[in-house]
Amino acid sequence: MDITSDTHSQHISRQFNQELEELKTHLMTMGGLVENQVLEAVKALLEGDSRLAEKVRDNDRQVNDMQLKIDDECTRVLARRQPAASDLRLVLAVIRATADLERIGDEASKIARNALILIENGTTVRGLVEVRHISEHVRKMLRDSLTAFARFDTELALQVVREDEAVDDEYGSAMRSLMTFMMEDNRAIGPVLSVMWILRALERVGDHADNLAEYVIYLVKGLDIRHMDPDQIDEDALKRRG
Amino acid sequence: MPELPLSPSSQPRPDATRPHSDRANVTGPIIDFAPDVSCLDVEGLSLAYDGKTALRDLTLRLPRHRVTAFIGPSGCGKSTLLRALNRLHDLNEAVSRQGSIRLEGQEIHAPEVAVDELRRRVGMVFQAPNPFPMSIYENVAFGLRLQGGLTRRRMNDIVEWALGAAALWDEVKDRLRASAWSLSIGQQQRLVIARTLAVRPEVLLLDEPASALDPISTLKIEELIRSLKSQLTVVLVTHNMQQAARVSDYTAFLHDGELVEYAPTASLFTNPRLARTENYITGRMA
Repeated sequence: MDITSDTHSQHISRQFNQELEELKTHLMTMGGLVENQVLEAVKALLEGDSRLAEKVRDNDRQVNDMQLKIDDECTRVLARRQPAASDLRLVLAVIRATADLERIGDEASKIARNALILIENGTTVRGLVEVRHISEHVRKMLRDSLTAFARFDTELALQVVREDEAVDDEYGSAMRSLMTFMMEDNRAIGPVLSVMWILRALERVGDHADNLAEYVIYLVKGLDIRHMDPDQIDEDALKRRG
Repeated sequence: MPELPLSPSSQPRPDATRPHSDRANVTGPIIDFAPDVSCLDVEGLSLAYDGKTALRDLTLRLPRHRVTAFIGPSGCGKSTLLRALNRLHDLNEAVSRQGSIRLEGQEIHAPEVAVDELRRRVGMVFQAPNPFPMSIYENVAFGLRLQGGLTRRRMNDIVEWALGAAALWDEVKDRLRASAWSLSIGQQQRLVIARTLAVRPEVLLLDEPASALDPISTLKIEELIRSLKSQLTVVLVTHNMQQAARVSDYTAFLHDGELVEYAPTASLFTNPRLARTENYITGRMA
């Protein structure tokens, strides 16, 4: 059966409601933190703000701590409540989601470290237009996947899953043009490589947002669409199941 | 250990081709699989006590050599259904019944079916262990003596086999002549299961078999259930949903005398189709 965002607050045990509610709240807090990390990492690069880049790099520890904390809460719920059905799927989805959010945090910190290298070199850098463009795209994916999680919105989640292919295409074309820069001017190889790492990190953020969206569909529909071709996901089947 | 006589069987599989009509407003029943080989077929079964409906038009097939659990809130009819499977309601004149139950294709209410033979083929174990006030050995041999015609040696073999199959032999082999009441509650329950197994049933009905037991004894009974299913069909009624999830292959959820949802256990406990099932297994207000 389809579940909604208030399904988890209808248990006879109010304590259990509260535990599940906290899992969701903490996941959203972690999501917000990670979203901000990506935003600030890119901002630091585009504005040449090394202090902001250092802040992002240092904040990664906070993201890691949140993952440990939420996973620990999930372990407790599993041990004490032996959740079933949508409760079980919520706990599993949260555990999986924290892993992806933590990885997004790592990617943000990677962007910040490469931004610091570029800022310290002080050279004009090629490829920032692509960085700005792709970063806006993947940040929207991340925001939408978190919103889909908060609202149990499978339609929005499915949009995110479909969006990932577009990001992959943009990433491919950005890489090709950066390769051309490197071939034209071998003094640019160092900085361009850093930009490539940043683009790679952003593309990975898109992949993780895609994963988050897949967990929303699992959570709400009980349907595991991981490793499925987005075009093969049968929307009618998604609608039927519920 | 001699094996129980086996009938040819094949694995019941979830029927993937069956279309689902699983909108949220559907109240059931949703039957999410069709066994290839069923042992018991319940069809259109309704049952009333003094005119008060206890079971309403139930149709379900119980797969052979599998464990099927009936779950549901108190008064949902799960024990009533279990008892109907070996005609325990015959003793109660206030009970009226419609519909049929077939054991291996044969109607159990047919006039040529002898009730005592039916109850040998479909054994039952209740919530509280009820060993007879006699020795451990005599408890297990009791049904065999009623049948008669066994040599002492053959009797010994069967008693040893039944106690072994009930995972009790090692604990009692040195004191078979001791009173059954000297055993712990968990051992008594396994003794009762051994007594039921001794007459070689094809189906074992278990009504809350572990609800009076401590966790270790419960696990032993659950382990026993799993080991028995290679030789017989097990039907289990339980209030303990984790237990149903642990030991059964298929689970039927009953509510208000109706079958609501019947599916492979793993799918019923991870992704039930109906809100009524979801609410019950996750402990929500209905």
